[in-house]
Amino acid sequence: MKTRRFDALIVGGGGAGLRAALQLARSDYKVAVVSKVFPTRSHTVSAQGGITAALANVDDDRWEWHMYDTVKGGDWLGDQDAIEFMCREAVTAVYELEHMGLPFSRLDNGRIYQRPFGGQSKNFGGDQATRTCAAADRTGHALLHTLYQQNIACRTQFFDEYFALDLLRDAEGYCLGIAAMSIGTGEPLLIEARTTLLATGGAGRVFWNSSNAMINTGDGLGMVLRAGLPLQDMEFWQFHPTGIAGVGCLITEGVRGEGGYLLNGNGERFMERYAPHAKDLASRDVVARAIAIEIAEGRGCGPASPQRGGGYVHLKLDHLGEKTIAEKLPGIRDLAIRFAGVDPVEKPIPVAPTAHYMMGGIPTNLYGQVVAPARYGPEEPVPGLYAVGECACVSVHGANRLGGNSLLDLIVFGRAAGRHMQEYLRDNPYPRPLPGDAAEASLARLRRWDRAGGERVAAISDDLRRLMQGHAGVFRTDAVLREGLESLNELEERLVRAGLQDTSRIFNTARIEALELENLMGVARATLVSAIGRTESRGAHTREDFPVRDDERWLKHTLYSRAGDHVDTKPVRLKPLTVESIRPQEREY
Amino acid sequence: MKFRLYRYNPESGKQPYMQDVELDIDPAGRMLLDALLAIKARDETLSLRRSCREGVCGSDAMNVNGRNRLACITPLGELSEPIEIRPLPGLPVIRDLIVDMEPFYRQYRSIKPWLINDDPVPETERPQSPEDRALLDGAYECILCACCTTACPSFWWNPDKFVGPAGLLQAYRFIADSRDEAMAARLDNLEDPYRLYRCRGIMNCVDACPKGLNPTEAIGRIKALLVKRRV
Amino acid sequence: MKLAVGAHTGTGTWLMQRATAIVLSLALPGLTIHFMLAWPVDFAGWQALFAPLWMRVLLLLTVLALALHAWVGVRDILMDYVHFTGLRLALYLAVIITLAGSVAWLAAVLWSQA
Repeated sequence: MKTRRFDALIVGGGGAGLRAALQLARSDYKVAVVSKVFPTRSHTVSAQGGITAALANVDDDRWEWHMYDTVKGGDWLGDQDAIEFMCREAVTAVYELEHMGLPFSRLDNGRIYQRPFGGQSKNFGGDQATRTCAAADRTGHALLHTLYQQNIACRTQFFDEYFALDLLRDAEGYCLGIAAMSIGTGEPLLIEARTTLLATGGAGRVFWNSSNAMINTGDGLGMVLRAGLPLQDMEFWQFHPTGIAGVGCLITEGVRGEGGYLLNGNGERFMERYAPHAKDLASRDVVARAIAIEIAEGRGCGPASPQRGGGYVHLKLDHLGEKTIAEKLPGIRDLAIRFAGVDPVEKPIPVAPTAHYMMGGIPTNLYGQVVAPARYGPEEPVPGLYAVGECACVSVHGANRLGGNSLLDLIVFGRAAGRHMQEYLRDNPYPRPLPGDAAEASLARLRRWDRAGGERVAAISDDLRRLMQGHAGVFRTDAVLREGLESLNELEERLVRAGLQDTSRIFNTARIEALELENLMGVARATLVSAIGRTESRGAHTREDFPVRDDERWLKHTLYSRAGDHVDTKPVRLKPLTVESIRPQEREY
Repeated sequence: MKFRLYRYNPESGKQPYMQDVELDIDPAGRMLLDALLAIKARDETLSLRRSCREGVCGSDAMNVNGRNRLACITPLGELSEPIEIRPLPGLPVIRDLIVDMEPFYRQYRSIKPWLINDDPVPETERPQSPEDRALLDGAYECILCACCTTACPSFWWNPDKFVGPAGLLQAYRFIADSRDEAMAARLDNLEDPYRLYRCRGIMNCVDACPKGLNPTEAIGRIKALLVKRRV
Repeated sequence: MKLAVGAHTGTGTWLMQRATAIVLSLALPGLTIHFMLAWPVDFAGWQALFAPLWMRVLLLLTVLALALHAWVGVRDILMDYVHFTGLRLALYLAVIITLAGSVAWLAAVLWSQA
């Protein structure tokens, strides 16, 4: 079997992976990036509004305020040491991006443009802050292309259109690389590396209505589950308040940051009722819940139709004027015209909540090291294995992510993991031998899809997305979640019997979709089981049968393991690195 | 709706052929990608690239009724039937609608698409006036979908030597950036009978660009700079 | 892939094509009108028309510009379609000889006695 060897291996070519790869490529280590798509097609490219850092270019700001907002936004579930680290590093991380060439929009004085975003405040909960750095409404695109360009300059080795199958580990648990498959030829390939980073992104495609790219299928999460490692806080999924109704494409929070607001069917600015102070710029979970309630209680706009799903509300921005929209939100205007048939310069955009971001993921510490309960405690690093970005759970986003913190997470922890991997490489100068049967399970999994006939993968995949939409949406109850879990059992049995019509090798996208579905199944199970376990409402996890936050019992992270569908917990780290702890309070906007 | 799809499976030993497909789909509010995915759900051997499905990742560029477009932002209702879909022209076909993009990427890399500035790094950002930043509008938004470059006859004839509109637009993006200091080297890189001057300004690229960018104008600006530094 | 590009030329030829185009766009209509107005009926008339030196110089310069313009244009076509370097070189040579020969011939005709 073909084998390639590197010092460091990055799985995933999005913002997190490319930032880490850059850190390593600038040292003398040999680094490879494996990506199932050409790197600039990764989902980071879709990020619109911006990246948050307390630069104070527009208004007073301090990283401590950013930290407070992040802790509060995450409903106190975020680990405060990691949050302090992120908010502190944010400022230099953003300047670094600017030095790499990221084409940020500019203020009149030549400094980086910043806009207000949801959940941002000055003075620990005071007035609205202006903290999100933006390149028009294409910040993710600008960021991803800039990082890719820097990686070409450093001659990072890219394995474009290679699909990662499984982690390779030895008996002592060291991660020694991955088994992958060339999509172009269908050939398996072993990539050995002394240290491996998972930066495989989210899994939002597990929902029917999702803002996510079709490639967001939780591949890294599947790899980790199959390796017997746990996933953390998987019940927390962010539903973005403003997806284009019925389509799911995202309309950035930046629209509301620039002065847009939401109207219900009666033409009322309903957010004033739900968040009297922050109004339309409350946290995303708050706004999404408010919209869901408005629609459910019959105050949505237009009739519930198959075209538009179950109703929607209006996002009004025509009062901003054509000039502001053209300068600051050109991409949004384009999306609205194309996908909603509405020119936002004249008419409001129909929007509804759409699955957007996975707060949970692979548990890591603030160096990006994957941690799991082991002999000495609940957070023992898995030697050689790292995870960064949406697939990881550091956890900085807690129970609900603030807008603009996602790109920041990629950059800060991508850089931190890259640095720590260099240390790891120094401390572990020699590759460990790869056990002869290390790839056996992945090859068997590949061979399983050589069997022709049986039920179609696409049908099961559709049913899975519907199931998750119906059973793990904005509002949840024990009964609905359990029902979902039972249906999931049936789907898993169907998947065992499923097969491909197309068993060819070259660019067989049907085979890739089958492998992706296996990963999504794992994500769905982790979500449902964790959501059943958490008997409280916190952040994005709203249990109608347990409507209040319960810090006594649940100021804890959940840890889901595949063995026995088990949910364990571990404490939230309430102690920051240097500053005072932010004690849990009532969360009001 | 009626479709004619270019089909090619290198493992079948058969020559490429056009396949007629009928699909029952309401075009209202739907994009071409929706139809192709519906066809693929019936016949999973149909292969195409796709990712963001909102026109920002650049995966699903293809030739639709003779024009290069992104399937995910091409409204079905706009297209006349039978809708003829082929892979992007001028690049080797791997399978069905999937082409080998490497010649395109190689030209992109050849213009050194990264900011070059050897000055000491300041503690904060490098300032840039909004006017200087505005010069990048229309250039930095490129999504590398290759619609323009593969619509350009000059690229068809000399894919190994002509940079192509996408690459040249990116070259201009860095030439125009007030923070970049390598303008002279960048112009040297393009001072060649093939790399830049195969462009004859026929503007196929402008017509093809799904993001509404204008590579021909950028090429004109590069030429103006080349002339300016010579005369 | 290794490619012999970066010839450090290109702008010169491109400029020449533009410059000669300007010359041609001015000179060709002017000369045409001049000929139409003075349309000679016999050889002597033609000789008289080309008797002034400025007329001969102007015509020669115009045709020179035409030849240079044609050279760039034909070269571009050959660069597009003829990818064998040897054959392209041979065709270049043929075009150069034809064009240079034509200009030289014109000069000879204009300045011939009789």
